[in-house]
Amino acid sequence: MLRIADTFVVERPRTVAAALALLDAHGDKARLVAGGTDILVNIKHGLHAPEVLVDLKAIDGLRVVDLEGDVFELGALVAIHDLARHPGVQAALPSLARAAGLIAGPQLRRMGTLGGNICLDTRCVYINQTHFWRDALGYCIKKDGTVCHVTKVGKKCVAAASNDTAPVLWTLGASVRLASPRGVRELALEDFYVNDGEKNTVLAPDEILTHVRVPRPAPTRRMAYQKLRVRDSIDYPMLNLALAFDLDGGVVSNLDVVVSAVAARPRRVKRLPEGPLSAALIDEAAALAHKQVRPLTNINGDVAWRREMVPVLLRRAFAEALGEEAAA
Amino acid sequence: MKIQFELNGAPTAVEATPMARLLDVLREDLRLTGTKEGCGEGECGACTVLIDGRAINSCLVPVVQVRGAKVQTVEGLARDGRLHPVQQAFVDHGGAQCGICTPGFVVAAAELLARDPQPDAITIREALAGNLCRCTGYQKIIDSVARTLSGDEEAAR
Ligand SMILES: Cc1cc2nc3c(=O)[nH]c(=O)nc-3n(C[C@H](O)[C@H](O)[C@H](O)COP(=O)(O)OP(=O)(O)OC[C@H]3O[C@@H](n4cnc5c(N)ncnc54)[C@H](O)[C@@H]3O)c2cc1C
Ligand code: FES
Ligand code: FES
Repeated sequence: MLRIADTFVVERPRTVAAALALLDAHGDKARLVAGGTDILVNIKHGLHAPEVLVDLKAIDGLRVVDLEGDVFELGALVAIHDLARHPGVQAALPSLARAAGLIAGPQLRRMGTLGGNICLDTRCVYINQTHFWRDALGYCIKKDGTVCHVTKVGKKCVAAASNDTAPVLWTLGASVRLASPRGVRELALEDFYVNDGEKNTVLAPDEILTHVRVPRPAPTRRMAYQKLRVRDSIDYPMLNLALAFDLDGGVVSNLDVVVSAVAARPRRVKRLPEGPLSAALIDEAAALAHKQVRPLTNINGDVAWRREMVPVLLRRAFAEALGEEAAA
Repeated sequence: MKIQFELNGAPTAVEATPMARLLDVLREDLRLTGTKEGCGEGECGACTVLIDGRAINSCLVPVVQVRGAKVQTVEGLARDGRLHPVQQAFVDHGGAQCGICTPGFVVAAAELLARDPQPDAITIREALAGNLCRCTGYQKIIDSVARTLSGDEEAAR
C-alpha cells in the first residue's frame, strides 16, 4: 500500500500572493502541489520529503481559458480534461487539445493541471520506482546516488522530459508567466527548459507558474501531435512529436518539429526544409528528424525501435495536420 | 484536522490528517470499503470515486482537497434498495468476475452515463480507459455499459 507519508503541513492559500508568501517563508522546504498526479506519486516513492506542501487548487483565477486577444491566455490550474474538451482550444489549437486528450487516463486528466504538466518532473526507469527498488539497485544521480544507470559513465542526469504539452506548446511559440516575491517574469517555453534531468526547468523554488501565453496562430498555420506509448489508454510517452508549419498556396514555410521523451529537454529538429508541399519535402524532414533524434535507455521501449519511430511519427503528423488536404 | 464534505448526499465530517488519502478515509474511517485499492499510484482505477461529479483516483487525493466538495462512492449509486442501472447491467451481462475492479468501473461508467446516456462503444472505451481489469478481458464490461437500461426501460422492467 502506497500511503502518503504524513510528515508535512498542508497549506491551502486562496491567492497567488498568499502562496508566494508561503514559499518565501519556507524556502526549499516547501513544494507546490496542483493536481498531485505527479508529485504525490513521487512523494510516495520517497523522491521528495517536503515539510510544507502548498496546495494551489483553492486559488481562483488560474482556471481562465481566454482565447479572445492576439495572445491566448491559459491558467495554470486549467484541468487537462477541460483543455482537451474545450471547443475553442480544439478549433484554434488542435494539436494542444489533442496532446491534452492523450495524457494519462480519464481520471488523471480530471485531476491533473496544465501548470503541473508543464512542470512535470523528468522520468527514468531508474527513478520512478519505489524506495525499496531504488535501494536494492543502488541509487542514482537524480536522487541519493552518484552514478547514472543509463549512461554508466556520465555525471549528468539524463531522465527524460515526459510531458505531452511541452513539445506542442514549444511549436506554438508559447511562453510561461512566472510569479515570485521579486515580481513577474515571462519566459519563452524554450528558455524555461534546460538540459538537466535532475531539474529540467529554470523555475526557482519560490516561483509559481501562473499562466501560459500562446500567440494566436495565423490562419495558414497547420499543426499536429503524435505520441507513442505502451498502452494507449494511460501511459506516459515513449516518444512524442509536435509539428507546425505554414501552408500558403501549397507552399510550406516555417516548418517546426519538436520531439520529446528522449532527453531532459524537448528537442527541436534543425535545418528543416521549406518549399512546395510534396512527398520529397516530407521525406527530407523525416530523414533529418531520424538523424538528429537519439533516444536513450532512460525510458521504456527498445531504443532502436523508438528511433525508427521518429520519422514514422513525423509522417503521421503531416497526415494529421493536412487532414482532407492530404486525401485531395 | 476536521474535514467536512458531502458523502453520497449526506453531510459528513471526519477527523483526519490533511494528507490522509481520500481512499483510506473512506475505507477505514468511514467504513465504506466498496472503493478498492489496486496500485496506489493512479494506474488502475480501482479507487475511482466522483468528486463534484467527476471520476478521479482517490488514492492520489489528499482528503484536505475534498473539503466542501460532493463525494460519491459506489455505495451511493443504489437508490431505495434498487441497484443503479449500470450495476444491474453488470449483474445481467456478466460484467464482473472476481469483482475487485468492479466498483471503479461502475463509478466511472455512472459518470459517463450521467452526461451521455447512450454512449457508443468508442466513447465507453475512452471513458473506462483509466480502469484495469485482469479477469474479464473488458468486452463484457463494455457490453454491460452499452446495454445499461435508460430510466424508462428500467421502470418498465
Ligand atoms: C498513471 C499515470 C500516467 C500518466 N501519464 C501521463 C502522460 O501520458 N503524459 C503526461 O504528460 N503526464 C502523465 N502523467 C502525469 C500527470 O498526470 C500529468 O502530467 C498532469 O498534468 C500533472 O499535473 P498535476 O497538476 O497533477 O501536477 P502535480 O503533481 O500537482 O505537480 C507536478 C509538478 O509541478 C509542480 N507544479 C504544479 N503546478 C505548478 C505551478 N502552477 N507552478 C509551479 N510549479 C507547479 C509541482 O510542484 C510538481 O513538482 C501520468 C500520471 C500517472 C499517475
Ligand atoms: S489504487 Fe488508485 S488508481 Fe490504482
Ligand atoms: S473482474 Fe477481476 S479484475 Fe476485473
